[in-house]
Amino acid sequence: MIQSLADGILVGAVLSLGAIGLTMVMHMLRFANFAHAELLTIGAYAALVFDRVFQGVNATLGVKLAPLTLTGSLIVAMVIAMAITGASAVLIDRLVFRRVREKGGELSMVFASFGVALIVRNVIGLVFGLHTELYSKSIAFAVVVSRDPLLLIKPDQVFVLAATLVIMLVLHLVLSRTTLGYALRAVAENPSLAQVNGIPLQRMIVLIWVIGGGLAATAGIFYGMTNHLSPVMGRDLVLPIFAAAIVGGIGSIYGAALGGMIVGIASSLALLILPSGYSPSVPFLIILAVLLVRPNGLFGEVRA
Amino acid sequence: MIGVLSYLVFFATLASILAIAVLGLNLQWGNTGLFNGGVAAFFGAGAYVTLILGGQPQDEHLGGFALPYLLALAGGIAAAGLLAWIVGRLTLKLRHDYLAIATFGVAVAFENVMRNAEWLTGGAKGLRGFERPLRDLLGDGLTYNIAFLTVVLVALVLVYGVLQRLAASPFGRLLRAIREDEDAARSLGKIPARIRLTAFVTGSAIMGLAGGLYGTFYAFVSPQDVLPTLTFQIWAMLIVGGAGNNRGAIAGAFLIWGAWTASGWALSRFAPVEAQLYTGSIQFILIGLVIVGMLLWRPQGLFPERLVVSQSGKPGH
Repeated sequence: MIQSLADGILVGAVLSLGAIGLTMVMHMLRFANFAHAELLTIGAYAALVFDRVFQGVNATLGVKLAPLTLTGSLIVAMVIAMAITGASAVLIDRLVFRRVREKGGELSMVFASFGVALIVRNVIGLVFGLHTELYSKSIAFAVVVSRDPLLLIKPDQVFVLAATLVIMLVLHLVLSRTTLGYALRAVAENPSLAQVNGIPLQRMIVLIWVIGGGLAATAGIFYGMTNHLSPVMGRDLVLPIFAAAIVGGIGSIYGAALGGMIVGIASSLALLILPSGYSPSVPFLIILAVLLVRPNGLFGEVRA
Repeated sequence: MIGVLSYLVFFATLASILAIAVLGLNLQWGNTGLFNGGVAAFFGAGAYVTLILGGQPQDEHLGGFALPYLLALAGGIAAAGLLAWIVGRLTLKLRHDYLAIATFGVAVAFENVMRNAEWLTGGAKGLRGFERPLRDLLGDGLTYNIAFLTVVLVALVLVYGVLQRLAASPFGRLLRAIREDEDAARSLGKIPARIRLTAFVTGSAIMGLAGGLYGTFYAFVSPQDVLPTLTFQIWAMLIVGGAGNNRGAIAGAFLIWGAWTASGWALSRFAPVEAQLYTGSIQFILIGLVIVGMLLWRPQGLFPERLVVSQSGKPGH
């Protein structure tokens, strides 16, 4: 029980990071981006590439920071991966979403995102192979935190959780304390009004994609650190991330952070009563339950 | 020669079955503007329930009630409709996006349950033990397949005819009115939520019919048949054909299914052996490119919707 809770919080941290980006894009551009989870995959593989490159260049970078399996090279690679994923998101927007946005309705955008997801996922599969990858082959030993009830936690998990909290805090400060944050929130609330007030809409859209992509990259890397990387990880994560965004209420950043935790913990606890084979269905049940009880999510405002 | 003929029959049967599903999607998306991201689930519900109701009794799992074929098929259609009704009731009032996400979730959960609920569906091994109707009379060979193709074509023409009628009827006009301007429709005293639900359930039931025929054709269904890929393929067919146009939907089904099988054949024939593993990836990339490319350069499809004038206006008015 306690162990499930701890595991759930960790999964939840990853989902939260993914859901924050998704909910920002969904709120601002008004479409459900089914390709958002592929940004996690892009980030995870970008970090893998640069991690390997740095270790090749300088072996000391590849030394583990005990007790973590994390290496200095992976930390540097992570920063680069965030930038690459943000840039990929902007590029995808330029090539596809912006042009569809100018032409058609929001549902054409949803459909375009299906297509983009298919392309990204399978190109990654072609380039990196269909097998799974690991950042580090060394086994991370779990630390016994408590024997009764039994609670095992890996140092990596503590790092992931701490890093998630730091990232969220930074995001919170940026959004609530900076002019840029005000501008972003203004655009999210009412794009045309914000534009009238001199906020450059296009630049804000780019910024949303960069932030969303950067968060997705960290989510993907954390997922890769605690599980493994695979070209289809986006496919497996898209529904839980949507569930987190819906639980939180589309558009609510803090809701998405909490929604991720709720979905993570619920999925983990569900394993106590459901055979593990059914776990991919759990996010769907959460979505249905939330829509039934609170159609606008736990923190959502009423929006037609 | 016989080989080519039997392949053509095989191809046409599958393309026609998929075309029926595309017609169902066209009613939802093309005519009503409802985004169904879980076509595979409704198709699968039709296939599974038809085989469970009509199949031979099984030891390992439920099912095999050996009902008369038409009754089994009707059960499959009803199951797809019922699934759509439940999902639609929960989500159709909300923003369109929610329907897309919820139906996508239905498809994921459906495949997941079919794969795991061995007592119900035989799990990953799938459902066998289905006697194709009139097999005793026609045997298993080409004659049977030609007869079955005829049945599928009749079903396709029937569905097409009904939907064409529907599009031209006041109900079809109402669907398009809701698609274009919901508030205006509501101000005329119509209840958009109920009408959307009707269209969603009807479209899904048609997908269930396609699934039932698919299950009958193979006398087998497994979780492999209801992967999300199927949803993408059927969507690509509609987008290529032209949403809103039933004839375009059918043409799109034949075109995309042709392109899909041709690319699969070409890759297995000419691609180096070590790349064979990636045939699926390449095909999915092609489907993705077709979807995105059509949206960018020809969003109305190859056969655009023709505006239906269901009430002849007075000239010069």
